[in-house]
Amino acid sequence: MQLSSALSIALPELILAVGALVLLVFGAFRGDRSTTLVAVGAGLLLAVAAVAAAVGPLGQAFHSGFVEDQAAVYAKVVIYLTAAVGVLLGVPWLKRVGNHRFEYPILILLSSLGMGMMASAGDLIALYVGIELMSLPSYVLAAFQRDDKKSSEAGLKYFVLGALSSGILLYGASLIYGFAGSTRFVDIAASVQGGVAAGVIFGVVFLICGLAFKVSAAPFHMWTPDVYEGAPTPVVAFLTAAPKLAAMALFARALGQGFPGAVAQWRQVVIAIAIISMLWGAFAGLAQKNLKRLWAYSSIANVGYALVGLSAGTQEGVQSMLIFMTLYMVDVTGFFACLIALKRDGRNMETFQDMAGLFRERPGMALCMTAFSLSALGLPPFSGFWGKFFVFKAANDAGFYWLSALGLLSSVVAAFYYLRLIKTMWFDPPPAGRIDRSPVEASGTAYVAALFATAVVVVLGVIEPLARTAAAAFLGLG
Amino acid sequence: MIGILSLTTFFPLVGVAAILLLRQFAKGDAEALKRNARWITLVTTLATLALSILLIANFDPAQPGFQFVEHLNWFSGASYRMGVDGISVLFVVLTAFLMPLAIVASWQSIQERVAEYMIAFLVLETLMIGVFCALDLVVFYIFFEAALVPMFLIIGIWGGKNRLYAAYKFFLYTLAGSVLMLAAILTMIGVAKTSSIPELMAYHFSPTMQIWLFLAFFASFAVKMPMWPVHTWLPDAHVEAPTAGSVILAGILLKMGGYGFLRFSLPMFPSASTYFTPLIFALSVIAIIYTSLVAFRQTDIKKLIAYSSVAHMGFVTMGIFSGNVYGVQGAIFQMLSHGVISGALFLCVGVIYDRMHTREIAFYGGLVNRMPWYAAVFMLFTMGNVGLPGTSGFVGEMLTMTGVYGASTITVLFAATGVILSAVYALSLYRRVVFGEMVNPKLSAIADLDLREVVIFAPLIVGALALGVYPRLITDVTSASVERLVDLWRAGVGG
Repeated sequence: MQLSSALSIALPELILAVGALVLLVFGAFRGDRSTTLVAVGAGLLLAVAAVAAAVGPLGQAFHSGFVEDQAAVYAKVVIYLTAAVGVLLGVPWLKRVGNHRFEYPILILLSSLGMGMMASAGDLIALYVGIELMSLPSYVLAAFQRDDKKSSEAGLKYFVLGALSSGILLYGASLIYGFAGSTRFVDIAASVQGGVAAGVIFGVVFLICGLAFKVSAAPFHMWTPDVYEGAPTPVVAFLTAAPKLAAMALFARALGQGFPGAVAQWRQVVIAIAIISMLWGAFAGLAQKNLKRLWAYSSIANVGYALVGLSAGTQEGVQSMLIFMTLYMVDVTGFFACLIALKRDGRNMETFQDMAGLFRERPGMALCMTAFSLSALGLPPFSGFWGKFFVFKAANDAGFYWLSALGLLSSVVAAFYYLRLIKTMWFDPPPAGRIDRSPVEASGTAYVAALFATAVVVVLGVIEPLARTAAAAFLGLG
Repeated sequence: MIGILSLTTFFPLVGVAAILLLRQFAKGDAEALKRNARWITLVTTLATLALSILLIANFDPAQPGFQFVEHLNWFSGASYRMGVDGISVLFVVLTAFLMPLAIVASWQSIQERVAEYMIAFLVLETLMIGVFCALDLVVFYIFFEAALVPMFLIIGIWGGKNRLYAAYKFFLYTLAGSVLMLAAILTMIGVAKTSSIPELMAYHFSPTMQIWLFLAFFASFAVKMPMWPVHTWLPDAHVEAPTAGSVILAGILLKMGGYGFLRFSLPMFPSASTYFTPLIFALSVIAIIYTSLVAFRQTDIKKLIAYSSVAHMGFVTMGIFSGNVYGVQGAIFQMLSHGVISGALFLCVGVIYDRMHTREIAFYGGLVNRMPWYAAVFMLFTMGNVGLPGTSGFVGEMLTMTGVYGASTITVLFAATGVILSAVYALSLYRRVVFGEMVNPKLSAIADLDLREVVIFAPLIVGALALGVYPRLITDVTSASVERLVDLWRAGVGG
């Protein structure tokens, strides 16, 4: 394979890598005065990378370590666009809190680069490199408010537990390599065709555990509520959205392309994780008072639903997972945009009490948050319903009726805390203190996301076939 | 193609848009906004009523199949299909008929957040009409489920003291039922490879699968109906809801359950329906007798009427599963008649609640002295509730019992006691509230019906009497579709 064609296949990631380095140098010379410029540059780079991924050539590069197929394209476009929103939400927010540093957009860029690698990983090495590249900047991002104790704690916690999970993952990868004799997914698949060695199964289980940590699926979710509570809100908006899709994409590719012969084995683990996540996310969320923690549990439950789709092990299942994650990302981004947009007397509004009577003071924001809550609850016609619709349909078609019944019932439990949020905003009297003017970029993002979450009914016919093609590619069928 | 059905369904949203625009651009005068929101809503609901009358005027009752069918491609899992047959068209009309009355009934009693209130009702109207028009499982589910949200807000914001508990209970109960239905819907789409209701009616599911699917749908519709023992959300919801909310809840939302049985359970799972008929009969009889007795012991007028609704719905479920034309006709008739009568009864409660702000039976007494017109109206609807011949209530009970008699004599025997019991609680309520000495001094200044209230009750009185005297108004429209439905069931069971 020619180097030039390999480079053209990896063009979106090259744009990001080179661009991030250039911006870093630029920022280092100009200092924090350049933050806005760097942020604009980062946003543009992400947009260009998304376009390059969408129109660029497909193929494999670097000895199949890097795969650019329909699946990778789908994931990358969604990830890069979400990351751009992360920059848009974060930089003005940091400016308002007096922490206007140029590193923020660059860290987002580097983390997105890691996610792009994850989406394109064709072997275990690329997988690991992608995950680490995605994770390390996000640890820093979580601790970005470095004068804030909670933020530092969040970063440290995230880092220690993240390092542990990377270790587990790496151990699994080495076991798989040892027993299968190759790091490339395609070769691994060929080697487990005849029968699955016990060592490979061990390896897969470790691999799944490591990935489950990255998507914050229970019982590997312990870091999530604390990190979400402590980390700056725009960082949380970023962390709940893009990295989860990247990790789920990696899940799909590693399991779908690497272990198609061992579906029966890995499916059990994925199903177990899915069930624990759905139930834990639903029940533990009931006790939360802080909205960021609440949405941490909500995201745990929702990752459980996405894993249900994955565990079907079919093209339909992966497709449903992609649709689910895409729609869910819009919800969480929108919700956190609302949180960013709302302040009372200069103080962040993060608890249920802060939201009391919001409908009277900010009907627009309250409507948006209502739409996101109902969507996360999975009520039609909001976008979350369609995620659940496809996920549970895939599970049903694969014969897991009990799994979808369980998932749907757990969503009734979770319904209570979403309803509580709606109740607080609509029924309760507002507390004292005036709500500050909403920053335009955050409220704008929230409105756009709410519009999407409500109107997705109309564009369903567009998303669905795209996700289907991508799903075929993830499983190596396309 | 998009036609009159979609127009009728989505027309209330035009009113929503108008109110929103008004809110946005006519800032300042809060009173004017309230007034305009009310008028916009009234005009919109009346226009929807006109559309629904146009619909039924063009409806061909001789044809048993679906009419005004619309079809649009959507995505691979479902498509947008609308259509009505003889059963559903009447529910569309009932919805459109009750809606303007509910709006007029809230004209003065709702003073807080009027624009939002009106928007919630208009959205609810769209969703309710959509439920009855949908010919695709997914579309049906969207309308069915989304209707929870406006009702949740109506109870939660404009409800009584304990509204929060009632709103949560209403939402979670119904949601728990309907997620199981969603699981069943997904299974049906997966197995039959179609989500079109007419196609699914022709599809034969295996008997084992029918049992499971039936149970899942049953979970949803039994809660909605509501059937004993999952009826407990209803009294709470009714007591806390504002008057218009109760009217819509009793008049239409409950009917979604019965409609669901007719549209899905009977034709799609015929053998499971037969299998579970004894269970349904038993639950219906328990509902009729037990909730009638419970109703008798109530001290709150609204709660009493709510329990009486559960009892009357017992007749409906019984009739639906009787498996013959009389029973099903009777069930439909009973649902429509109950929609009118219970709606009217809740409005009767609303009249005195607006004046005295209490619903305690013990508070009242001797109202006939001060409110003769009110006493007459209340009497008429109480009699309708009891099932006096000449009112629509009689025809419904008569038909259902005739139908069930053919299926199970013992069930009718027990159910017939329910007719007596309904007379016991309804008449004693009437006696305690309207007759007797006026001992409570607070009542001495209570005023009789005003013009607005007369305007609300007049169409309801006409409806209750017209249906009672000339039941063919309904049965002529439904008969062809009902016969087809019963044939389908027979074919499914016997064939």
